[in-house]
Amino acid sequence: MVKPIVVGAHYGLKDWIVQRATAIYMALFSLVFAFCLLGLPEFSFSAWTELFSAACVRFFGFLFVLSLCYHAWIGVRDIWMDYVKPVGVRLALHLITFFLLAGYAGWAIRILWRL
Amino acid sequence: MSKRTVQFKIYRYDPDKDEAPYMQDIEVELDPHDVKLLDALVKIKAKDDSLSFRRSCREGVCGSDAMNVNGTNALACLTDVDSLAQPIVLRPLPGLPVIRDLIVDMTQFFKQYHSIKPYLINDEPPPERERLQTPEEREELNGLYECILCACCSTACPSFWWNPDKFVGPSGLLNAYRFIADTRDRATNERLDNLEDPYRLFRCHTIMSCVHVCPKSLNPTRAIGKIKDLMVRRAV
Repeated sequence: MVKPIVVGAHYGLKDWIVQRATAIYMALFSLVFAFCLLGLPEFSFSAWTELFSAACVRFFGFLFVLSLCYHAWIGVRDIWMDYVKPVGVRLALHLITFFLLAGYAGWAIRILWRL
Repeated sequence: MSKRTVQFKIYRYDPDKDEAPYMQDIEVELDPHDVKLLDALVKIKAKDDSLSFRRSCREGVCGSDAMNVNGTNALACLTDVDSLAQPIVLRPLPGLPVIRDLIVDMTQFFKQYHSIKPYLINDEPPPERERLQTPEEREELNGLYECILCACCSTACPSFWWNPDKFVGPSGLLNAYRFIADTRDRATNERLDNLEDPYRLFRCHTIMSCVHVCPKSLNPTRAIGKIKDLMVRRAV
């Protein structure tokens, strides 16, 4: 059976915007966070814990983790779309990537809240 | 300019005779009036008529003689032979099936071009004489309508190499924007719908190889950016 070439999934714009928005957010957060680190009285575990006990650091840190995961999802998915041709293998890789990133996000939340 | 001898390394493949492609070393003596790469190729063909390549207008208008010259896609008729490092390595355009020597099968390239409906769509009754544009509206088409479909850009694009059946490619997208930007066209929404797809448009990762190689100095990346800009404006 000849399989027709099918295109027209009608998505892509949202991911394209989100990829750029998350990149900008991560760049800004990294800058602000670097300044916060430089402002610490000492580089110790207690100072680090105190920094992360602030609600805003946890909130924006959590947003950073989500941004990183979404950004990575789009980037890695693009690599699978570019280079992996068999649809079954591609779908499997998409699912592995998705669950791996979801797992990382959950792990990051646990670390952030435990601090 | 005096007579000089120029060294070439040319990709040869005749599927009727050759098991596999090979590179042939060729030396040719050029006359003072042989300025362009195409002049040299015509001279080589006069000595060995089995060498196959496409050419027609020999002045950068028909887009037939696009090939890979020392690793960069270019038109043989616009490339100064003396500006090239020797031996001059000539290969067919990358990413398309080779028919013979420097001739590639452009079917996939033109399929993508036709998929963007490269003609004005306007069902309104035509006026008595013509559909007029203001000079400003006409200005929008500059840098778009000049595309000669030589395929230098699309065959320099890795996204087109990986997905030539799904990604429209820089040339097709430049031409898509040429009709989107045309104020006489009435199918902007349909055209944007046709392109809003993870493969057809969003395989472009803005590496700008297309801009680097375009022999007409056009900028497909900018056109692609404008299509995305319109999609954002439509959606937000």
